[in-house]
Amino acid sequence: MVQLDHVRSAIQKALPDASVEVEDLTGGGDHLQVKVVSRAFAGLSRVKQHQLVYGALRGELASEAIHALALQTGTPA
Amino acid sequence: MDADLQTRIKDLISSSPVFVFMKGNKLMPQCGFSNNVVQILHSLGIPFETFDVLSDMEIRQGIKDYSNWPTIPQVYVNGEFIGGSDILIEMYNSGELREKLTVALAS
Repeated sequence: MVQLDHVRSAIQKALPDASVEVEDLTGGGDHLQVKVVSRAFAGLSRVKQHQLVYGALRGELASEAIHALALQTGTPA
Repeated sequence: MDADLQTRIKDLISSSPVFVFMKGNKLMPQCGFSNNVVQILHSLGIPFETFDVLSDMEIRQGIKDYSNWPTIPQVYVNGEFIGGSDILIEMYNSGELREKLTVALAS
């Protein structure tokens, strides 16, 4: 499991302008839903947008500290 | 990545226009995210093939390295990685998935 603040700051380290919402779906700290809005996603395919977020959380995903991550990405309106 | 493993992955992906790496199989998905993908493809009436990564640790890790994508399921259309469960759901809801798969199966 991970601290939700840690997830937010790891994403914002990679994408400094990002607004990040982290929700713990089960209360166990390892099934997370994350919404990320950043200008860095402009013009990128969804796969590439998600890869940027996954990249920021590489260690947590590889160790399965985060078991499941539901991800939504978008650019600011 | 090991060249043999890369060849195995490429052979699997090219074995069907729509190919899914998942946990479990079509009849008994072993994970909710894999189940989402199976249900979406069934509801569109799209023929697809699957590989159960739980049956093969080498492929389970190898496919993540191949696509630079850390999670299962992974969906490939005509050899191109198009996403996992979240992206499939988004594409399904927007109608983009039906369009993409219809075009892919016609070609």
